[in-house]
Amino acid sequence: MKKWEELKKDITESQVWRAIFRHGYEDTPRNRVLMVTANVWLHLHPAKVRRHGVRMRFTWCMGGLTFLMFLVTVVTGIYLMFYYRPVAEYAYADMKYLEFDMPFGMLMRNMHRWSAHAMVVFVWLHMFRVFLTGSYKPPREFNWVVGVLLLVLTLLLSFTGYLLPWDQLSIWAVTVGSNMARATPLLGHEGPFAELVGANPIYDARAFLFGGGEIGPHTLLRFYILHCIFIPLVTSLLLAIHFWRIRRDSFSGPPL
Amino acid sequence: MAEVAEERQKSPVVDDKIHTWPHLVRVEFLVALFVMIVLTLWSVVVDAPLEEPANPTRTPNPSKAPWYFLGLQEMLVYFDPWLAGVVLPSLIIVGLMMIPFIDINQKGNGYYTFKERKIEILTFFFGFHILWVSMIIIGTFFRGPGWNLFWPWQRWDPHKVVALANVDLPYLLGFRDYFWSSVCGGVLVLGYFVFATLAFYLWILRIKGKEFLERWGMVRFLITALLFVTMLSLPAKMFLRLAFNIKYVWVTPWFNI
Repeated sequence: MKKWEELKKDITESQVWRAIFRHGYEDTPRNRVLMVTANVWLHLHPAKVRRHGVRMRFTWCMGGLTFLMFLVTVVTGIYLMFYYRPVAEYAYADMKYLEFDMPFGMLMRNMHRWSAHAMVVFVWLHMFRVFLTGSYKPPREFNWVVGVLLLVLTLLLSFTGYLLPWDQLSIWAVTVGSNMARATPLLGHEGPFAELVGANPIYDARAFLFGGGEIGPHTLLRFYILHCIFIPLVTSLLLAIHFWRIRRDSFSGPPL
Repeated sequence: MAEVAEERQKSPVVDDKIHTWPHLVRVEFLVALFVMIVLTLWSVVVDAPLEEPANPTRTPNPSKAPWYFLGLQEMLVYFDPWLAGVVLPSLIIVGLMMIPFIDINQKGNGYYTFKERKIEILTFFFGFHILWVSMIIIGTFFRGPGWNLFWPWQRWDPHKVVALANVDLPYLLGFRDYFWSSVCGGVLVLGYFVFATLAFYLWILRIKGKEFLERWGMVRFLITALLFVTMLSLPAKMFLRLAFNIKYVWVTPWFNI
């Protein structure tokens, strides 16, 4: 036992260890602050928070869990990207390959899908909680606006991903979900006043979304790029603003 | 804000802050751990659906949008696509973004309260829980082939006969001429907005008082009224459809409402 303690001491006091981990678990107020401020993952938090803001009864943990679900989809999504080709000839076969032959392929796919659904539910609950505690009131108005944009992006992420399995469920759900774009006033060929703009079936709002008049291979590629690159980038950017604003506009309300 | 500042001066705030490490980090870690365990177990047990390969020539009946959009698809029963699929969703998004700017009630900032902001909470509850969530539930569990209503335990009969006896409201009121039907419909729709905005004004005046309306201002009032009245137009149209088989209220050569 003594040997073990010595070994532990040798490691944690070595130059390499100290170069990586600056602060131990010493339980002093100073160290508690350093644990947060000196850690790249934790420094999003303030060093101290109001007591009521920590309670789950107050926050429901929904904002953080939405972010956790986002991270899960990113990690599992990258894994899936290694085995999936967004080409109409291959996409469905790749899904089968992924489910039956890839190590943990099915598990990764399930986690990706269920966490995406959970993210939608959590982000709605998060909005509901923020509304109930009035946390959008001054000075946090703008962060609520960013949050609404993130809610829309969450739905768009889910929706664009829905097409990628390229099975009956996905193409018809996406067809139905985007048929409405045909009816956009002015910009959709079935919408009011479309003649004024000259919108037609292959040149209107839905064709822009689909990359053509009907859903097809071009749509698959378009949705893939939106799903894997464009929307995640925009979402990450807005997440950064969202988190930054939470800090700037002070955490969890004033105790009135 | 002045009130808040005054209150703070009266009772100096006690420093109720606690260290993020370990108090907050511990909660976050445990909750994340718990959710990850549930998610992993769930993913082990329940497989994500994968149907037969995409076939653009075979339309399934019913074709349903992803569940989180079924509220919008359900609205298509009552309104045309340009309204239910484009204008109303845009208004939902814009309306949500407007909330912090039209809600000038300083109370209830950072704590739970129902008493101090009854109307705000009831409005949100109505829009979110009653309309949005219940429409999703109806679309998910109660709609079958032909987008007809079925109980969840009922067999989906693709040949279910549903009488399509819907008529337009001007027709029901006795208008047979196309032009005058349009005029009547326009008067009805615009009349609804004017009348409902007035009613909204009187309602707010009664429960919040004149002083509040002055503080609120014309612009905030009109934006709120437009959003509120538009939101109520959905249950209004639902009522007209279900009670009187009304298809459209206003028919024009360009659009129908």
